[in-house]
Amino acid sequence: MSLAFLSSFSDAFQFIVDGQQSLTTGGREVGGPQQCWDLTMTHLEATFLALGASLLVALPPGLFLGHLGRGETFAVSFGNAGRAVPELALIAFCFAFLGAGMLPLVLALMVLGIPPLLTNAFVGMRQVDRGAVEAARGMGMSELGIVLKVELPLAVPTIMSGVRTATINIVATATIGPLIGVLTLGDFIINRNVYGDAGVLAGAILVALLAVILELSLAGIQSLLTPKGTKVRAAAGDIPTRWWRRETTRA
Amino acid sequence: MDFVLIAQSTADEFTRDPGSGSSGCVANDGICPDWAIDNFDRYVTPALEHIYLTVVSVGIGFAVAFLLAVLAHRQRWLIAPITGATGILYTIPSFAFFFLLLPFTGRGNTTAIIALSAYTLQIIFRNIMAGLANVPEAAKDSGRGMGMTGRQLLWRVELPLATPELIAGLRIATVSTVALATLAVFAGAGGLGDPIYADLTFKTNIILAGGLCILIALAFDLLLVGIQKLAVPWRAVRPV
Repeated sequence: MSLAFLSSFSDAFQFIVDGQQSLTTGGREVGGPQQCWDLTMTHLEATFLALGASLLVALPPGLFLGHLGRGETFAVSFGNAGRAVPELALIAFCFAFLGAGMLPLVLALMVLGIPPLLTNAFVGMRQVDRGAVEAARGMGMSELGIVLKVELPLAVPTIMSGVRTATINIVATATIGPLIGVLTLGDFIINRNVYGDAGVLAGAILVALLAVILELSLAGIQSLLTPKGTKVRAAAGDIPTRWWRRETTRA
Repeated sequence: MDFVLIAQSTADEFTRDPGSGSSGCVANDGICPDWAIDNFDRYVTPALEHIYLTVVSVGIGFAVAFLLAVLAHRQRWLIAPITGATGILYTIPSFAFFFLLLPFTGRGNTTAIIALSAYTLQIIFRNIMAGLANVPEAAKDSGRGMGMTGRQLLWRVELPLATPELIAGLRIATVSTVALATLAVFAGAGGLGDPIYADLTFKTNIILAGGLCILIALAFDLLLVGIQKLAVPWRAVRPV
């Protein structure tokens, strides 16, 4: 194998930094920081609209059912069914029935976001230690207080892992937005006849970077939202006694 | 207008070929059962390609994840770096991954299979590790008491007891891969994404190809549940 891939990557880098001439419409400047920025913003707009919409739709029933402990079959099998939805067919379905535009795209992406959110909200609330809930009830907390101050904080890691899965699905699928008339970063990839191989590779790099950055930010948010007490306990359970700890037990 | 170019750039020739008596419906992008019945054979090859992509990708993903899990089970310090690395592979959208691989592997099955199997690593690895962690200490102790070596303990006690979680991971990975493989058309690997991408406005086409995808996912899921019932008859199959 030759080292040809190195020049492919440097072309892609050039495409992002400087831009190049369009391959079709003769003379029009494509690529470059400005277009990359615009497409990234549209990509993020579609992602956050869809994520927000699916949070609004999925969290209330998930948290409510989880608190009551009812509807496990519904909540869990909904998550399973959601994984089987083929991304390309979903986008095409919304295109064929609703036409092109941001709204059909957001609706399609929402369908991908809801199942992991609903299932994880349910499971997160459900697996909170019953002892903690009973203790809160014994102290005279209201049901709303129990949900907000006991169950929800303890369910944060599970709920957030649902949010991360939903976000990964949504940001990945938003890439094929140009098929439904929304110019996301996938534009560089899908319209190869305009942007050429450098554009295709540049688009792929930008999409991958965007997904990884979003995932890392959400992991950071998860760590901020998780109650400190539960983190300390988990850490104490995981880490074996360290050699310097032995010294502290001296009489 | 960039958007117009998409419809013209379809790689595969997919003409609707209006069937007898249903041409009005077909021309109007409608839902045409007659056309679906007459043209069903067009979807057989894409469906077979789709199944092939799924089986090979999940197979490779499973083999690699299994090796990594056995390795990390012995060398515990490897768990964090492996989880991190497979996590990044899981995060990179498959659609972008196809094109990141293009300079190395070109268009075709190889590219699609690498990207799809990379996606399954995290799911399968995590589930095997969870399964191994759930093995009761008492079962391991009795194994050790019978004089088993570390290797015997792993293959005869720990892995068999971890089978339910392992198969649960395979189910998630397989169903997700069937769904994702619709995008393999962009890597030039065919599959059911091929007819979908070739005619995005024709409702019959979308419903037929999308429906076949969901059916394939369902069939794989049921197959794996069946395998689990045969392999681990002492434990009930739980919803994943």
